[in-house]
Amino acid sequence: MSATANASPEDHPPGDGVTKRDFLQLLTLAGAAVGAGAIAWPLIDSMNPTADVLALSTTEVDLTPIPEGSAITVVWQGQPTFVRHRTPKEIKEAEDVPLNDLIDPQTDSARVKSGHDQWLVVIGICTHLGCIPLGNRPTDPRGEWGGWFCPCHGSQYDTSGRVRHGPAPANLAVPPYAFETDSKIKIG
Amino acid sequence: MAGLHKSEFQNPLLNWIDTRLPILSMMTKEYVVFPTPKNFNYFWNFGALATVSLALMMVTGIFLAMHYVPNSALAFDSVQSIMRDVNYGWLLRYAHAVGASMFFIAVYIHMFRGLYYGSYKKPRELLWILGVVILLLMMATAFMGYVLPWGQMSYWGATVITNLFSAIPLIGNDIVVWLRGGFAIDNATLNRFFSLHYLLPFVILGVVFLHVVALHVTGSNNPLGIDVKSPQDTLPFHPYYTVKDSVGVCVFLIVWAAIVCFAPNMLGDPSNSIPANPLQTPSEIVPEWYLLPFYAILRSVPNKLGGVVLMFGAILVLFVLPWLDTSPVRSARFRPLYRPFVIVLVLAVVVLGMVGGHRPEGIWVVLGRVATTYYFFHFLVLLPVLGKLERPLPLPNSISRPVISPRGGGPLPGATPAKPMEKA
Repeated sequence: MSATANASPEDHPPGDGVTKRDFLQLLTLAGAAVGAGAIAWPLIDSMNPTADVLALSTTEVDLTPIPEGSAITVVWQGQPTFVRHRTPKEIKEAEDVPLNDLIDPQTDSARVKSGHDQWLVVIGICTHLGCIPLGNRPTDPRGEWGGWFCPCHGSQYDTSGRVRHGPAPANLAVPPYAFETDSKIKIG
Repeated sequence: MAGLHKSEFQNPLLNWIDTRLPILSMMTKEYVVFPTPKNFNYFWNFGALATVSLALMMVTGIFLAMHYVPNSALAFDSVQSIMRDVNYGWLLRYAHAVGASMFFIAVYIHMFRGLYYGSYKKPRELLWILGVVILLLMMATAFMGYVLPWGQMSYWGATVITNLFSAIPLIGNDIVVWLRGGFAIDNATLNRFFSLHYLLPFVILGVVFLHVVALHVTGSNNPLGIDVKSPQDTLPFHPYYTVKDSVGVCVFLIVWAAIVCFAPNMLGDPSNSIPANPLQTPSEIVPEWYLLPFYAILRSVPNKLGGVVLMFGAILVLFVLPWLDTSPVRSARFRPLYRPFVIVLVLAVVVLGMVGGHRPEGIWVVLGRVATTYYFFHFLVLLPVLGKLERPLPLPNSISRPVISPRGGGPLPGATPAKPMEKA
């Protein structure tokens, strides 16, 4: 309010056209604007996720049934999330790639938890336009880099979920997760 | 190019728009310079308050509908989810539920204003009739909205109200089945009520528009009930009445917010916190307070069809009110006989409201019948006769005279020359 208060008549010599009434009008309009905002905010906020949706913000995954070389899809916050059990060959391929070859440079070790190199957890949503890439089953088309292949526009990801062929601009996102035991993770 | 509007707006963009679509000129004419009688009292706030209520009801309702599920298996739980899970859902729901009461309070006081100051008289008959149409639409909308939470009172209220139509001879039962989409209130009923509850406010908005158009043709009535005679009798609507209305809106919203925050269930019925059970009627069935007087009329008549006819008649009689009142004097200030009787009418309606809230036993039956009788006696007998018998007080020469008189307020009995009353 200090900016408005500065417009009060005392700061101006009489006769420059600014009157006490101008101040009162600004004050009234400012009050009305605050009131309108106070009414609008609950309406706007009511469209945000509700408490029961937010309550689904973590997902626990048991890793034991996932065979080496395959991935499963779990749902985390309503989004498909891939949990992939990588083979030693796939891990080595992912680690050996020079960063210069990558569209969105990131090391494999930054995308997995150390000591759990065989587990890759990524959100299964293509960073191009949101389709779900193929490649969870070994029989799926996995693209030239052995990771995932998006059927919508041909984006390809490697065994670390990094984009290797466009049009997708970025790597598959890694959600926040932690190992609760060696065979159980909690996403979110 | 002959059809282009000659706009007086200086700003080039506003001028360009206004030349092609003179909406700015129209708003200026109707809401800025609009000549308004200068002697309004605070009773003239309630039209604006009702408009604000309608707007807030529509806005909160649209956002509630984003979370509400109109399905008999899910409706009750979805309302609980609104109360517990939706951000500010409790606020939206309570503002909407309390808002229905606030809307009716504003409209009932607005109607009392019309009755007391004779605003329904020539040339404002159609204006008044459009208002009664709005009241009917509001009642239908409020009733259907009350069904949506699908509690016990929702369900049994819907049962009772739809059953009113079974009083119609011969085809009554078929109409009830048609209204319900089944042999009892069920999912089909809930779905159509939700659809219509969303639709009718927009119909109300349309009729409100016509109500305002009609008002701006005839101009407003005023506490003296005499016509505007010269520009000295008026003030521009803005800023004089925009500011006066704003004061009323602030007070109105404070009351609304206080009820929402401190007593949101004051006007509700606890039975509606129990999910609808088609196999058990609650021990007391009571409509919301704003429908109680009409409910009391229904119960005062010991005959099914008679009760329904009188209940609807209590509203329909308002449509012909401009022709039932034979007095040419508008304001009750100058009608020494009408003035006490219109207060008695208000008392009768309040008594009916209390009767509607009690079981029809003992004194309440008697009171209900007496008040019902007076209600119809007032409109059908008293008003036509009073206009002939009554000797009105002398009217002031113009609005300006009492307003600028040293005592202010009402007319000065000795200062205004007694003008012989013209009888219609």
